[in-house]
Amino acid sequence: MSSIEAHASPPGVRARRLSMVVVLMAAAIAMALGRDMLPASLMRPPDWMILPLADWINAFFDFLRDDLGLLAVTRSVAGGVEALLDVTANLLYGKNRWPWLGPIPWSVIAVTAAVIGYALGGAKLAFLACGTFLWIALMGQWTWAMETLSVIVVAAPVSVLLGLLVGVAAWRSRRLAALLNPILNIAQSLPHFAYMIPVVVFIGVGPKAGAIVTIIFSVPPMIRMTLLGLQKVPDEVVESGKMCGATGWQLLLRTRLPTARTDILIGVNQVIMQCLAMVVLASFIGMPGLGQKLLQLLQALRIGQSVEIGLTIVLLAITLDRFTRAWALRQPVHVPRVMPWHERFRLPLIWLGLVTVAAGLSQVFPLLAEIGRVQGFSFGAAIDAVMDRVIVAIYPVTDWLHWFLIVWVFIPVRDAFLWMPFAAVLSLLAAVGYAVGGRRSALICVAFFGYIAISGWWDRTMITAYTVVVSVAIAAVFAFPTAIWATGNAVRSRRVLLVCDTVQTFPSFIYLIPMIMLFGANDVAVVGAVVLFAAVPLIRYTIEGIRGVPVALVEAAGMSGATRRQIRRHVLWPVALPTIMVGVNQAVMFSLFMVIIAAFIGTQDLGQEMQRALSSADVGKGLVLGLAVATIGLMVDHLIMKWASSVRPAN
Amino acid sequence: MIAQHPVISCQNVWKLFGSAPGEYLSDSQEAPDLETIHAAGYVAAVRDVTLEVYQGEILVIMGLSGSGKSTLLRCMSRLLDISSGTIVVDGQDIAALSERALIELRRTKMGMVFQNFGLLPHRTVLGNVSFPLEMRGQDRHARRDRELEVIELVGLTGREDHFPHELSGGQQQRVGIARSLAIEPDIWFLDEPFSSLDPLIRREMQEEFLRLQGGLGKTIVFITHDFDEALRLADRIAIMKDGVVVQCDTPEKVVLEPATPYVAKFTENIDKARVVRAGGMALRETEATAPRGDAVSAQSTLHELARTLVDDDRDSLPVEGADGKIIGMLDRQDALDLVVGTRT
Ligand SMILES: Nc1ncnc2c1ncn2[C@@H]1O[C@H](COP(=O)(O)OP(=O)(O)OP(=O)(O)O)[C@@H](O)[C@H]1O
Ligand SMILES: [Mg+2]
Repeated sequence: MSSIEAHASPPGVRARRLSMVVVLMAAAIAMALGRDMLPASLMRPPDWMILPLADWINAFFDFLRDDLGLLAVTRSVAGGVEALLDVTANLLYGKNRWPWLGPIPWSVIAVTAAVIGYALGGAKLAFLACGTFLWIALMGQWTWAMETLSVIVVAAPVSVLLGLLVGVAAWRSRRLAALLNPILNIAQSLPHFAYMIPVVVFIGVGPKAGAIVTIIFSVPPMIRMTLLGLQKVPDEVVESGKMCGATGWQLLLRTRLPTARTDILIGVNQVIMQCLAMVVLASFIGMPGLGQKLLQLLQALRIGQSVEIGLTIVLLAITLDRFTRAWALRQPVHVPRVMPWHERFRLPLIWLGLVTVAAGLSQVFPLLAEIGRVQGFSFGAAIDAVMDRVIVAIYPVTDWLHWFLIVWVFIPVRDAFLWMPFAAVLSLLAAVGYAVGGRRSALICVAFFGYIAISGWWDRTMITAYTVVVSVAIAAVFAFPTAIWATGNAVRSRRVLLVCDTVQTFPSFIYLIPMIMLFGANDVAVVGAVVLFAAVPLIRYTIEGIRGVPVALVEAAGMSGATRRQIRRHVLWPVALPTIMVGVNQAVMFSLFMVIIAAFIGTQDLGQEMQRALSSADVGKGLVLGLAVATIGLMVDHLIMKWASSVRPAN
Repeated sequence: MIAQHPVISCQNVWKLFGSAPGEYLSDSQEAPDLETIHAAGYVAAVRDVTLEVYQGEILVIMGLSGSGKSTLLRCMSRLLDISSGTIVVDGQDIAALSERALIELRRTKMGMVFQNFGLLPHRTVLGNVSFPLEMRGQDRHARRDRELEVIELVGLTGREDHFPHELSGGQQQRVGIARSLAIEPDIWFLDEPFSSLDPLIRREMQEEFLRLQGGLGKTIVFITHDFDEALRLADRIAIMKDGVVVQCDTPEKVVLEPATPYVAKFTENIDKARVVRAGGMALRETEATAPRGDAVSAQSTLHELARTLVDDDRDSLPVEGADGKIIGMLDRQDALDLVVGTRT
């Protein structure tokens, strides 16, 4: 509505807006150029402006913990989670706990995964699932992988259940939904570490802390998808339920929720992917498993083995994603009514048979039950040897690139960001806000960055911002030509989209491996990983945007005698731009997350402070920093969405 | 034939979509017209409808797309709360019904077929048909026969285990019909129930439908865009325009005596000879025109009498009622004009 109004806004309003933009812009430039004459209080937020937010938050958390006795509550919740974790830990890797059954032989789990894969998506998925577990077993990574999975197996269902309950509640109460929306927005733009610190304070470290932080982190998308799915149920379906005499609960349980099935299952898919991403990162708070190993190996620069673990994580991600997506998108298919029972229960029977065989064989051949680390077929050493050669061979290139980027890109841009007086930055952002969405947007921009000013982390934030800006810019340089090349023909673009889809399921950690491999552990590697991570949504949305342009439009332009270049310039780009900007938006979000994560290999931005806050369990500092990251993301999100919605009706 | 006992009775029913239509209407001094309503930010779907549906009657609602037919039907079943006026169903003001009583009414008395079918996508044909019976709390075995019976009635035997997305549009529509029939409703709301059926099955379903209605005396409100269908089924036709019922009368009256130019235009292309019956056109017998010779049946349409009208050479033909009594005279020239058009 508002965007249409913005478009229909009378010339007077537009002129006023334009003059505001010019004035604010001029002020920003004046302040930047005259910075030597500027009072110090406009250069950097003066001390009186900086609020002790961290202390306040800490006081609040102390109050929660000590005076309200929340600690007892969280500890008992954690106790419940731990009991569940013990069960899965026993079953999956034989931890010495009730029900004292495990560990289940790896061959049994592999065939089970294969049968589930077959049921969900035919031979292809069966192959993928079986291959994944075979690889894990053969590489001698079984225990680590199971440590990781045992947490996901607990966290994902809990998170799905919580998300469903909150989602239904939000659907029932409009007020709750309105309240929840901004909270979810912030929650989904808070970096992973911001979640970990309170958990460390309230729960401690180790697997149960890992599980709980994973649950908290992965609930928001489930709430979103449940709400969305319920809202999307066609009116007539609900009305037909009503006319059949269903009561309120019957309507919810028997018509609304089942009809919203696909969206809810997409939510489950997102929960599981988020779980995997978080479980890997939870190694920072003592969560054992693949993540911890990867962290240790990366820090020790053991590239070969990191690659192996990285592959495992990637395979698990792909398998889990394909499984849940196949489940979500599957339409129910009828089975003939008269069917012998062994036909009807064919898959369960096959599964039972295979499991019996696998279990039996693993009694005879212990290797089918367990492949220890030493018996594994790791080829990390070989990779290392090859990589050493490669690295030596390309060293001149990487070294030059390293030098070039640092000297000619990073340092100048960073200095420019830090050189700007903060008042000039605020004024500039206000101008951008005005240009995009009028006064409201300008105020939002100023409020978001005003928070950063009063939080006391201006310089660190500027460094984070510069890393993101540089990374997204470099990513765009690669991504746009790639996307344009891909849209050249349908097959090619489908393939590239498939790659993007797949690569997007990888936990962010993974992107660091090749970069550290090439550049070593330094900020060039960080930027490299961020560039990779950000390029994916850019490529994807650009392809989708361009391919989404109606054929009729292109043909009409062609018929009116436009050349290919003219078509591209006057038809394709303008129509595709809003979608492409959604990609830019995502790229910025992804980069922010990645920059923070990459802090452990040494950066000087918010991420580094965040890690310090984590290691000293400083909740206040952690949240203040987390919110600083979130505000950048939310501001960019606001600007881009506002802009995209104001462009769209014009098409 | 029709007991003149209203089952559904609408009094000055208004339905507006918008923020607070009830207050808006009660604040308005007199009935607002379309422009005023629109200017106030409301969408008028049903305006000032007063209408009764009698026991055992088929009332057909017709009108252009967006004229408010579905909305009126939804108001009658209280899927939508009306903005002002009253609707009495089966002696009860349905706006005043409690949640429980409303559910009870729907479980026992009402059935509805939806324009877009409204099938539950996760249930099979059988599952959809059994849904209303499940809601009633009937157990699986008791309801199975009834389910299979209605599935057979709509000709879907053999597809009980299919899911809606595995069926064609027409088949899905028939599942909707079967579902609404499962509880044997006394009051049956049908929103373009045959729109997706092919002509053959449509014809079959219409016949089935008339048979059901004749045998069980259901009260039916039926929406259609197809005038032939309306003529076949309707006891009365209500014509809607912009939310208003402009005329509600027997098919003949609607065709012969359109209340407004709009209705006239609406019925313009109908072959009147297929609608008008001899009884409807017969003039009261006068001294001058005493009945002579063979009489024609009052029930025949002029279309059916076409040959007689051409062959006979009398100026007017006697018309006899069902009891064999002469009820009046049919002017042959007028009747012929109606069948073949006026001489130009
Ligand atoms: N939920 C709603 N909110 C706002 N306006 C609505 C709503 N439902 C219907 N309308 C409006 O009410 C008017 C009547 O709609 P209705 O569905 O009753 O038309 P109809 O006569 O059934 O048309 P069709 O023949 O196309 O089915 C339309 O102008 C429609 O836009
Ligand atoms: Mg309708």
